[in-house]
Amino acid sequence: MSSLVNILLQGVLLGALYALFAMGQSLVFGVMRLTNTAHGDFIVLLVFVLFVLTNWAHIPLWAAVPLLIAIAFGAGYAVQYTILNRVSGRDPLPSLVVTFGLSIVIQNVLQEVFSADPRSLATGGFESMSVALPGGIALGLLPLLTLAVTVAATLGLQWLFGHTPLGRAFRATSDDREIVQLMGVSPRRTFALAMSIAFVLIALAATLYAMRTAVSPSDGPALLLYAFEAVIIGGMGSFWGTFLGGIALGIAQQAGFYFDPGWGIWLGHVLFLALLTVRPQGLLPKTA
Amino acid sequence: MNVMNVSKRSFEIRRATRASRVAVVVLLIVAALVASFPYWAGRDTLRDFTQIAAYLVFAMMWNLLAGYGGLVSIGQQAYFGIGGYAMLVLANYGGVSPFVAVPIAGAIAMLIAVPVSLVAFRLEGGYFAIGTWVIAEVFRLTVANVSWLGGGSGTSLTALQAVPRSLRESLTLWLALAIVAASIGLLYGFLRSKRGLALTAMRDNAVAANSQGVDVKRARLGVYLVSAGGAALAGGLYFVGSLRISPDAAFSVNWTAFAIFIVMIGGLGTLEGPIIGTLIFFLLNKFLSDFGTWYLIGLGTLAIVVTMFFPQGLWGYVSRRFGLQLFPVGRRVVFLDTGPSVLPAPKESAESADPLHAAP
Repeated sequence: MSSLVNILLQGVLLGALYALFAMGQSLVFGVMRLTNTAHGDFIVLLVFVLFVLTNWAHIPLWAAVPLLIAIAFGAGYAVQYTILNRVSGRDPLPSLVVTFGLSIVIQNVLQEVFSADPRSLATGGFESMSVALPGGIALGLLPLLTLAVTVAATLGLQWLFGHTPLGRAFRATSDDREIVQLMGVSPRRTFALAMSIAFVLIALAATLYAMRTAVSPSDGPALLLYAFEAVIIGGMGSFWGTFLGGIALGIAQQAGFYFDPGWGIWLGHVLFLALLTVRPQGLLPKTA
Repeated sequence: MNVMNVSKRSFEIRRATRASRVAVVVLLIVAALVASFPYWAGRDTLRDFTQIAAYLVFAMMWNLLAGYGGLVSIGQQAYFGIGGYAMLVLANYGGVSPFVAVPIAGAIAMLIAVPVSLVAFRLEGGYFAIGTWVIAEVFRLTVANVSWLGGGSGTSLTALQAVPRSLRESLTLWLALAIVAASIGLLYGFLRSKRGLALTAMRDNAVAANSQGVDVKRARLGVYLVSAGGAALAGGLYFVGSLRISPDAAFSVNWTAFAIFIVMIGGLGTLEGPIIGTLIFFLLNKFLSDFGTWYLIGLGTLAIVVTMFFPQGLWGYVSRRFGLQLFPVGRRVVFLDTGPSVLPAPKESAESADPLHAAP
């Protein structure tokens, strides 16, 4: 029984990280209908930027993370404004090909500069600290922090979209990017702003991910698939849906790992496909 | 206005263009040349052609799905791998000759594609693309966890061990040539037919095509199945050539990445595009692959630039600029006399501008 509870708890904590991966994608697809195949590679890219900041520039972690967030904000704006704005349209093919090309370029540039070895972030032992619960279950402090960050991010995004002028601009531009110009909203700038916020989320996810495991340049595609699955399981258009989707995926993977390490990720994918067959609109759908 | 003068002129409907007639002759010559390779060309050339054939057929199938069917998939490598593994199982454990097993593997892949399509078609657009990738990953992980297929490290094709090497390589080359010829021929024939026209209409606007009586759902399913079968042919062929298979090689997303680059650089939605794209891709591969990651960076950047600035691809640009079509799928009206296409109005009509009294 305690192993079942353990699977659930660890699954929730794993899923929180996946949900954080997925938040950026949910935002980008919701506002811009952009399928960003390079999403996972952007996460890995920011991980390596963090390595550069901490290992090469010797900036302490508590200063490097805000700096990373600032860099991410600027980078997201630039990437969207210069490259992706041209392909953020109804037709999925150009955005797919361009982001696919970006994915290959990022993976290989990172491999060229950093070599293919996995690296991890030094946190002075924080990643192995845990709190002990009765029944022999230990909850890691880092995963708990991840859960807290993810919940905060979801609440933040929900508030942003529902109660701020920027959120209204996002929703309006997502509905009709031509008409919104009559209201004085620039779709190009709105999209760029949406991507910058998505990049901030990616930066947070990258930091927590790097603290948790060793990262190598080719990790991107796997993260993309988890993020995407979390978004679909949860239902498009809803941030709490994405949160739940990530949790569900994490629990499925954890259950799979319990049976056999080789089947963990497989079970996550199969759950996704099963849910897609049975309830394609997801757990908490709003209009897509 | 003398509208009736146009109908008095003689014209005919033609399908072929001069360029296409030349192209057919050239292709036949090239095919005969390639068929003679085993008699005089080196082993490297034979292996290169088999690889080119696999890339080309896979790219043509992706083009069929995306350029004509309007379904962008990043998961066709699933059928590439299924083709390879099905061929291997039939050959190693079923006693079937690998060369015969390749078409059978194609049929098996088409059967598997039917239930897969039920799941995949739940998604649309960009999410369909990534969903197909997930499906491919499921196949990869399943095969990697099955130990009698070699697990994660793969296994070898042992069924051809008794065959002398030069004979094996010759047969592989002829199989490759047959598959390429059949693929190009069948696709061209299909696209010239009424169903092919329906497909093109569906690609351009599915709703409008539906209103004209095109069964969009069935057409999409048909395209998906054909594309799966063709991808499996390419996969089976590739692994007959390389003799060793592993889940990471068979189900790698790089296959689709290369197919996308080939088709986008060559020209989406044309028959000539993948052929030209494959040639360019292979030349780049031959001369630059020593540079490893830089070659891939260059390829990715090229794909980004071409998609942003030349969305029609290289062949699309040339075709539009010079009006060339090597595989014409449409029909043209050709006037046979040399008169002007717009006849000058006779002087009387200036005085009888009254529509009631205009010339009949």
